Amino acid sequence: MCLAFPAKIVAIKDTLATVEKSGVKRDASLMLLPDAKVGDYVLIHAGFAMQVVDEEEVKLRDEILNKLEFSIQN
Amino acid sequence: MANALVKEIERLAKGKRPLRFMEVCGTHTVSIFRAGIRQILPPNVELVSGPGCPVCVTCDEYIDKAIFYAQLPDVIIATFGDMLKVPGSKTNLTEVSANGADIRVIYSPMDCIKIAAENPTKRVIFLAVGFETTAPTTAAVILAAKAQGVRNLFFFSAQKLVPPALKMLLSDSAVRVDGFLLPGHVAVVLGTNAFKFLNLPSVVAGFEAEEILLALINLLRQVDEGRAEVDNEYKSVVKAEGNVTAKKILAQVFETADDEWRGLGVIPQSGLKIRDEFADFDIERIMPVEVEKVTRKTACRCGEVLRGIVTPKQCPLFKKVCQPLNAIGSCMVSVEGICAAWYRFSG
Repeated sequence: MCLAFPAKIVAIKDTLATVEKSGVKRDASLMLLPDAKVGDYVLIHAGFAMQVVDEEEVKLRDEILNKLEFSIQN
Repeated sequence: MANALVKEIERLAKGKRPLRFMEVCGTHTVSIFRAGIRQILPPNVELVSGPGCPVCVTCDEYIDKAIFYAQLPDVIIATFGDMLKVPGSKTNLTEVSANGADIRVIYSPMDCIKIAAENPTKRVIFLAVGFETTAPTTAAVILAAKAQGVRNLFFFSAQKLVPPALKMLLSDSAVRVDGFLLPGHVAVVLGTNAFKFLNLPSVVAGFEAEEILLALINLLRQVDEGRAEVDNEYKSVVKAEGNVTAKKILAQVFETADDEWRGLGVIPQSGLKIRDEFADFDIERIMPVEVEKVTRKTACRCGEVLRGIVTPKQCPLFKKVCQPLNAIGSCMVSVEGICAAWYRFSG
């Protein structure tokens, strides 16, 4: 029920964004995320953008995972 | 990658008493099964599922009322697909649809505005079921409908809040858990601060297998260090304060009320009721209906499954009379239901 997926905002008109995921474009409302900008990756749930994906945090998480793997293998 | 994480879990779990961690999100339940995480954990680390699927905790009475509305002339029911097979006391929405009711499965609550505009002579009723992730989207649609002067769109809310259910679980002596994997997308809206009352090791987790394993490592470290805090392993989208705009819109349209959860009973202040200001959109006020309260006699153990007290395999109906195509309990209905996940993934 609470499924969500990240997608990139490619256009905004009023409170409606066009988002793109794997080459597929669809509408997403920005009513719950009014500060989102074109170029942002946002988390989409039930046709609404719910949060901007913090790409720095994604990188940090991957670094933590890599570090953990390295420390255990050595 | 996952191997390294599992090794770390094994190292941390070594020598510890048996530990039970509960996930309270149907999407987590499915991810855990799909990745086979239960099977690769050390024997003293057990994952149990809690009430993480809003469809599964929707009670008979709500379904019976939805069926009543669906059978009225000139009514269109809009719903998420998960709701179609949830059993009411006598039948379900799929059967009602087969008998001619106009029931439409939608992707977004926003679709309701279009359906209402295309059918001006009909009343469109949206079955608003969901937790904090979905409820703000319904609130936003009610605001949009009001702003656009839509007069033939109504909402039937069975939306529920996760923190009051966790409070109830903690006060139930039959429920034994040592920590929580907190629902990632509910936390996107609520923020980690909303779970500070828990007083048990708790971690907001993402949905990839690695993210769930990382959260389990965090839980085990908290046990090691004697901590009982709310940590965040889904920082890319979960903030301490959550989505402030979504929470504001939710509070503008809905107020909390006592609400009944299937299998769990009435939980104080766990439901979302449409505020008086938006009463014109509340089908329960526009067209109140009483349905007979039917207590079904069944050996279904959904209530205990939802509290992590028994696993589906301990229910006498599981995989026998109760199957996805003939669900007796609602945990077998939704693809994210606990029994449905066990049915599909546990051989």
